[in-house]
Amino acid sequence: MSRTVDKDRVVIRIAGDSGDGMQLAGGRFTDATAVFGNDLATAPSYPAEVRAPAGTLRGVSAFQIHFASRDILTPGDRPNVLVAMNPAALKSNVDTLESGATIVVNDDAFSKRNLAKAGYDANPLEDGSLSEFRVYRVPMTSMTVKATESIEGVSSRDGARAKNLFALGVLSWMYGRPVEVTEEWIERKFANRGAILTANLAAFHAGYNFGETADLLDVRYRVKPAALRPGTYRNVDGTTATALGLIAASVTSGLPLLFASYPITPASELLHELARQRSLGVRTIQAEDEIAAANMALGAAFGGQLGVTATSGPGMDLKAETIGLAVALELPMVIVDVQRAGPSTGMPTKPESADLLMALYGRHGESPLPVIAAATPAHCFDAALEAVRLAVDYRTPVILLSDAFLANSSEPWLIPNIEDLPRIDPRFAQGPNLDGEFLPYLRDERLARPWAIPGTIGLAHRIGGLEKEDGTGNISYDPENHARMTSLRAEKVRGIARDIAPLEVDHEDGAELLVLGWGSSYGPITAGARRVRERGGKVAAAHLFHLNPLPANTGEVLRSYRRVLVAETNTGQLSQIVRAEFLVDAESFTKLEGKPLLAAELEREILERL
Amino acid sequence: MADGARYHASENGSGVATLTKQDFVSGQETRWCPGCGDYAVLAAVQEFLPELGLPLERIVFVTGIGCAGRFAYYMNTYGLHGIHGRAPALATGLAVSRPDLSVWALGGDGDMLSIGGNHLIHALRRNIPIKILVLNNQVYGLTKGQTSPTSELGKVTKSTPFGSEDQPFNPLALALGAGASFVARTVDRDRHHVIEVLRAASEHPGAAFVEIYHNCPIFNDEAYAALTDKDTKDAHQIRLEHGLPIRFGAERERGVARRPDGSLAIVEVADAGEDALLVHDAHRADPSMAFALAHLSQRVSEPTPIGVFRAVERPVHGESSREELEAAHEAIGPGELEALLHGGATWTVES
Ligand code: SF4
Repeated sequence: MSRTVDKDRVVIRIAGDSGDGMQLAGGRFTDATAVFGNDLATAPSYPAEVRAPAGTLRGVSAFQIHFASRDILTPGDRPNVLVAMNPAALKSNVDTLESGATIVVNDDAFSKRNLAKAGYDANPLEDGSLSEFRVYRVPMTSMTVKATESIEGVSSRDGARAKNLFALGVLSWMYGRPVEVTEEWIERKFANRGAILTANLAAFHAGYNFGETADLLDVRYRVKPAALRPGTYRNVDGTTATALGLIAASVTSGLPLLFASYPITPASELLHELARQRSLGVRTIQAEDEIAAANMALGAAFGGQLGVTATSGPGMDLKAETIGLAVALELPMVIVDVQRAGPSTGMPTKPESADLLMALYGRHGESPLPVIAAATPAHCFDAALEAVRLAVDYRTPVILLSDAFLANSSEPWLIPNIEDLPRIDPRFAQGPNLDGEFLPYLRDERLARPWAIPGTIGLAHRIGGLEKEDGTGNISYDPENHARMTSLRAEKVRGIARDIAPLEVDHEDGAELLVLGWGSSYGPITAGARRVRERGGKVAAAHLFHLNPLPANTGEVLRSYRRVLVAETNTGQLSQIVRAEFLVDAESFTKLEGKPLLAAELEREILERL
Repeated sequence: MADGARYHASENGSGVATLTKQDFVSGQETRWCPGCGDYAVLAAVQEFLPELGLPLERIVFVTGIGCAGRFAYYMNTYGLHGIHGRAPALATGLAVSRPDLSVWALGGDGDMLSIGGNHLIHALRRNIPIKILVLNNQVYGLTKGQTSPTSELGKVTKSTPFGSEDQPFNPLALALGAGASFVARTVDRDRHHVIEVLRAASEHPGAAFVEIYHNCPIFNDEAYAALTDKDTKDAHQIRLEHGLPIRFGAERERGVARRPDGSLAIVEVADAGEDALLVHDAHRADPSMAFALAHLSQRVSEPTPIGVFRAVERPVHGESSREELEAAHEAIGPGELEALLHGGATWTVES
């Protein structure tokens, strides 16, 4: 008989060959966990190659989920449980496990050949090298084949392919996940494929029953539902949340969405996601290159639509010229940069938030624009709406920074009420704005210019990248006019500080150290600070969602702490900015490993400074 | 939905029926060099546009960088002066999102064929409903006289003091290779012909590619003199007219015939006989004949075909999805958005 142990939180990593269906198993476990009511955060990791050789370290695909009976902020630092479908999956993940972790292996896959492919000289299951872990050897392949062999039309090969669902069944038993969620999914997914449907259900049940009946697994864990804020939730990754945010902005503004982009990892998923939404009025174009994508979005903006383009670092380099044109044209446009490790091609699948200075300054001439950074996967929804709001209200391109970690990671999202979404009003120019004339660069109280779209009678006008005369928009090389236009463009963007939320501080009485972050460091910083507090340390934390302009109270907040620590996955870009802007002697914690920051790293860095 | 977001271009707006050339002249002072071919093209375009029967507000000129880039400022329509080479991409975004507009993209040979070559060929391949005018003067003007992708081999310019080593593009052959559904050529100094070609381009439902031979008196003067001078033009202009045998010359004494090997040759009608002449068929689905015509002359000093080489109908980008998208956008409201946000597996936490 197995005993049941209560746990506050668990981190599970499911790893196998990229052909083993690990992402699928992880996704199903996530759905069941979400429906069960735990708070959760997930992060996948894929091989860099499309078809890496089977059984090798390079071919390992993994999925990590952190779930808990309270709210959590990251996919977890060190897994407590590893499911390894083959030796390569074990080898490439064992170093990340906490001491005493549970390892469940597919025993059938530990053949001589597979061990050799993974670079093992001896079988680690037998040579004592895993002694610090609790290892369960489950013959998953053969048990799946046995469970499916009597099903007509299912070969033993087909049967073996369902072993990911067997593993999912074992995990579902271990953590008491509701089976109906998975059963329903299998039934939907394989609705028209009789024998395969039966085989997948059989494999899942076999795994679950194995836990129930075999003496091998001697412990079950209970992670109670978390007390989340009331409301309806769904699990979203950053890509989906961004897509939903853009569509929501299109609907609330009444601006049809034109999304143009060029395939690039890890931003392509956003194109895929939006390309499916034609029935919601979303038009997507896969452009011939990054430059064209930006120009198509800008052309649509000139026509009075919501023009959006998305890319990752290398694509940003190429779009810079067009973004500069958008700054000069003063047209709304959103550029999503899903950051990845650079320079150059760098590590396309690995996260790094090192495009901040490029977003702020990476164009020739004086070309200021608002920059926003999403903090968590679900926050991408709000960030996308905010980017569109600022773009439309201020007639400006806006860069929305996300990263490879946010794009692929998921967490529960409290679905907002439609009425609570920000109202975005395009305020198209309808007629003359000065003594019967139309001046395309006559500004309003926000210093935004009129958006007069083709087709509007009486407002035909011409704009371009050449410097424009204040008010009329006519070409002007006048020195004073250029100085004035430069400062008007800058003033307009600076003025946005009056229109955004102040920097909020998660303060603790007596705290002298403030940890400041931006982008996806939100989770690890908040979790790290929380751990320090649990240990009695006093620390404050604040997170910047707007990177340009910075919230109006930023300087005041920073100066009210004796020490400021800026944590980011670059060489210290935000810390440079706050030092330059506010003359604050900010310290920097940086990490450049193509991996997100970990809560434990923040905990350590904070403790060292207390 | 915000009311301001609904745009309704008026059908008869500011007196379409009575628009004249003058209505299309913007207040901005033209600043091209005296004698520049751009003036002639501008005048021809302004003269032609009333024929569209559209309010001037429904017409948009999108340009790139180069002398021709300023075109957008001189047209009293909506105008967008973009960046070097990107006019076809800007125009693509505009045209697919606003099919109610008449969108014209205009640039020089450097703009469209060098830095913007990729956008050009993809706009043509996609058959975006835009009219692309390439003002080809075979030289860079605004940057003061460098070799361009249409400059002839051996051309001496400031950037090629020992003569260009680069084979020039044949713009029409390039467009045809990209799958253009409409390909034409005209000459700046022949206003009637320019207008004829503009008319055909505007009537074409998809992307129209028009090469306009254009004289730059400053850096490449009289490059097309043989085609435009009174004394030589009859002998050099081969005017293509759909459905008619291809003949030219002051007495229409010469023509184009097909050799037994399929290639084209210029023949004396008296020798070859009228029946041997090629009958121009711009609507042929197969582009090989248009391609052969595009290659008929290698130099502008040789007899050169002008007119519409190819005009075939094929699906226009965005047309198949246009109604669905417009209807979807009209219909979508809070209810649909709510359903979208609640898609996938959801769960509720009770208070
Ligand atoms: S340089 Fe040549 S093309 Fe440019 S404006 Fe002068 S004449 Fe025209």
